[in-house]
Amino acid sequence: MSETPLIGDFSPAPDRGLSGARVGVVTFPGTLDDRDASRAVRLAGGTAVSLWHGDHDLQGVDAVIIPGGFSYGDYLRAGAISRFAPLMDQVVDAAKGGLPVLGICNGFQVLTEAHLLPGSMIKNNHLHFICRDQRLRVENAETAWTSEYAAGEEIVVPLKNQDGQYVADEKTLDELEGEGRVAFRYVGTNPNGSRRDIAGITNAAGNVVGLMPHPEHATEAGFGPDFSAAGPVDLRGGTDGLGVFISVLKKIVAGAK
Amino acid sequence: MPRIVVDVMPKPEILDPQGKAIAGALRRLGQTGFGEVRQGKRFELTVEGEVTEEILEQARHAAATLLSNPVIEDVTRVEVIVDATIGAGE
Repeated sequence: MSETPLIGDFSPAPDRGLSGARVGVVTFPGTLDDRDASRAVRLAGGTAVSLWHGDHDLQGVDAVIIPGGFSYGDYLRAGAISRFAPLMDQVVDAAKGGLPVLGICNGFQVLTEAHLLPGSMIKNNHLHFICRDQRLRVENAETAWTSEYAAGEEIVVPLKNQDGQYVADEKTLDELEGEGRVAFRYVGTNPNGSRRDIAGITNAAGNVVGLMPHPEHATEAGFGPDFSAAGPVDLRGGTDGLGVFISVLKKIVAGAK
Repeated sequence: MPRIVVDVMPKPEILDPQGKAIAGALRRLGQTGFGEVRQGKRFELTVEGEVTEEILEQARHAAATLLSNPVIEDVTRVEVIVDATIGAGE
């Protein structure tokens, strides 16, 4: 698919030899960020495949992204109805078999409702919808979606949600901490009251990752945050989120060799 | 037609912002007789025909899987009610 830049100069992804990696992006009714997620996959050098929630076929993709939005209008609970969509049976089975799966924002909520990741998200503790550029620390750089970063590396990506407060019981939180399964942590002020400043977590195998902030919105100069973790950048030039997508593409290509 | 009522409440330790907002509104309205407000959900499942133990068991299963999330919510009631009481309070 050809890309049209809205502002600035569009640079197609450098040839990293990753175009053979096919990443599925699931669309539910009410999903918002599927096109951004697909674009992020292409900007990272991979091939994006659109998946429809009502299908029963993963089309042989090498990884799956469940993007952000308000699937089913957040009716009942965020992610609660999407979790029972026909395609989710395939996603859950494949995830248990090791397929890399990333849930962003509403996608993270879907993954917790599907019990692929522990805990749940409730309303932000200050009750407001929040939209801002958020600094995160990559705590676990060994997952399928974070290997392009160094452990402890900081990134800045947008955060935008209403139900972003991560909660779990103390035992679960202790397990996550003890097993190194906190993938991303908020740096600076905690934006929503999440337990232990948790922004994202991984399953034990490291193939399933969920996070509330949006790395796919920080992958293209001109459309990202005004800051990179390294400091100010040119107007909306932050691309700290790109590493998430390059991580999984490299892992797929390495596995195929 | 009989219905099965399922009540779901946020767990006591879970912040309930909607309940808090309602409590604040009550105070602003001068209704100061209440302390905390907790807001839950009530589902009414209509049953075609008789409510058998099997159907009730299905309702309990639905309450524990789709209708509630055990991480943050408790199912506080799964009960059959007769039509006359619907919407009129029990």
